[in-house]
Amino acid sequence: MTAASTDDAAPHGPGQPSRKRFALSMRQRDAIAGYLFIAPQLIGITLFVLVPLGLVFWYSLHEWNVLANTFTFTGTANYQYLLSDPALPETLMATGIFSAGLVAFNMSLALLLAVLLDQKLRGITVFRTLFFSPVVVSLVAWTIVWGFLLQKNGGINGMLQTVGIEGPNWLRTPTTAMISVIVVQVFKNVGLNMVLFLAALQGVPRELYEAARVDGIPVFKQFRRITLPLISPTMLLTMIITIVGSLQVFAQIAILTQGGPGMSTTVLVYYLYQQAFQFHYFGYGSTLSILLFVIVAGLTFLQWQLRRRFVFYEN
Amino acid sequence: MRTELSTGKKTALYGLMCVLLIPFVFPTWWMVTSSVKPISDIFAFPPDIIPRAFDFSTYSKVFELQPFARQYWNSGYIAALVTLGTMTFSSMAGYAFARIRFPGANIIFMIVLLGLLIPAEVTIVPLFQMFNRLGMVNTHWPLILVPIFGAPSVFATFVMRQFFIALPVELEEAARVDGLGRFTIYRKIALPLARPALSAVAIFTFLHSWNLYLEPIVFISTPEKFTLPQALTQYTDAYGGAMWNIQLAAATLTALPVLIVFIVAQKQFVEGLAHTGLKG
Repeated sequence: MTAASTDDAAPHGPGQPSRKRFALSMRQRDAIAGYLFIAPQLIGITLFVLVPLGLVFWYSLHEWNVLANTFTFTGTANYQYLLSDPALPETLMATGIFSAGLVAFNMSLALLLAVLLDQKLRGITVFRTLFFSPVVVSLVAWTIVWGFLLQKNGGINGMLQTVGIEGPNWLRTPTTAMISVIVVQVFKNVGLNMVLFLAALQGVPRELYEAARVDGIPVFKQFRRITLPLISPTMLLTMIITIVGSLQVFAQIAILTQGGPGMSTTVLVYYLYQQAFQFHYFGYGSTLSILLFVIVAGLTFLQWQLRRRFVFYEN
Repeated sequence: MRTELSTGKKTALYGLMCVLLIPFVFPTWWMVTSSVKPISDIFAFPPDIIPRAFDFSTYSKVFELQPFARQYWNSGYIAALVTLGTMTFSSMAGYAFARIRFPGANIIFMIVLLGLLIPAEVTIVPLFQMFNRLGMVNTHWPLILVPIFGAPSVFATFVMRQFFIALPVELEEAARVDGLGRFTIYRKIALPLARPALSAVAIFTFLHSWNLYLEPIVFISTPEKFTLPQALTQYTDAYGGAMWNIQLAAATLTALPVLIVFIVAQKQFVEGLAHTGLKG
């Protein structure tokens, strides 16, 4: 399903050589139809993705304060400031910890849940529905209720206290704040990856396990040697989606921690939002957008490379 | 690895899954129950898993403090338009990329795929500026146009294309020999067969629009035009502190209808998302 495989999509029109004129006009009509079909999307992508991407690069070369109404070309000044911005290392650190923590926790929990849901048990679809349910709960509603639960005197600490544990002030302590935003996000969305993994697990031919069992191969080894390699294409795809998604996290940070305490949960997108829309530095905000784009593009490229090395059994 | 399990193992698995369910199910329960507790009870110790007393007045306050019905309508009609628009234009583009041969198709497809690589957050500054020039800031246009035509629609196009590639072409060929035009074939033959993919596209497009948060807070500034995610965070007291019970009541009103639709139609939801073009 790479873009390079578009050729296999080619239609096979009934171009009989005996009716050449008809075939030719049919091909032309086809081409016109093709352009008309894709025109809305292509215009949209040009207008709302390509032009803005060019503009954001152009803006990043300017000193632009919306309030002061200044727009002056400053060349690479924003990029030089970026490299010396004292807040940048902290922001990148928070982004890295958030993304790494989220991807690791999300992928392993999704795999565990998928394996559990793949068992022959009565009523298993009820569990599947419930594990999936947060995906359809409004993101902000989900975040608000977790924010409520994580208050110092909230539900979680209340329950901990009934068993004699004094809980921390989750959202006001740097380490627990980061853990909290990761956990809230994982429980919200892990159902998606879980369902994708489950579909992949159910696609593994049963005979392979039976053969392995006859050979006396232990279950854990079966999982490592049969299951994981066969579902690795799905794992890679979901990992790309999850990583790119993790770099876009905004609502949870804005609602739960506002990037704090200190800058401990100020991820790149939140920092970008602050610079551009709270402090009105559109130029520097654009420079941060370019940084975000480079990171996303770089990670995606890296994963396509890894795919060649680690993913097996692709058709 | 589906093997018959012993009763002991089954019990252990049920137990494990019930424990794992807590963080998935409890927050929703807590949201609904806390929204009907009297204000004095919502931080009670020990916490009341089941409310001791009920107070439904928070629900009328939701509507008194903000034009909540209006905001509900805003979110609903925007999500509906975005869903319909995305289904229309992405299925057309996906069909063309899968079925129709035209010069430059591959390169155009690569360009469109670029949209997957560019999160909306990257282009938010220029988009704001563009819509500002057009006088469309503080209107719903950016929340409608960008998702239908911009980066979020690319994923839908990709899913539709994958679906049409996997669909046998014979029916359409027969129709072409009979002289039917491309649009008629797409409309009368291909599209009705694409129901599973279309419903998956509809579900995630609706949820995406329904959950949008950054774009509304950047583009919209008057309460009558707010969407729900934006409105939920506005129930605060004079010091900016959250009015928890009212926020939770508004959150319940936002979350519950979608949750109920999901539970009724969960099979289409889950299987639609799992089996549509997303398989590696």
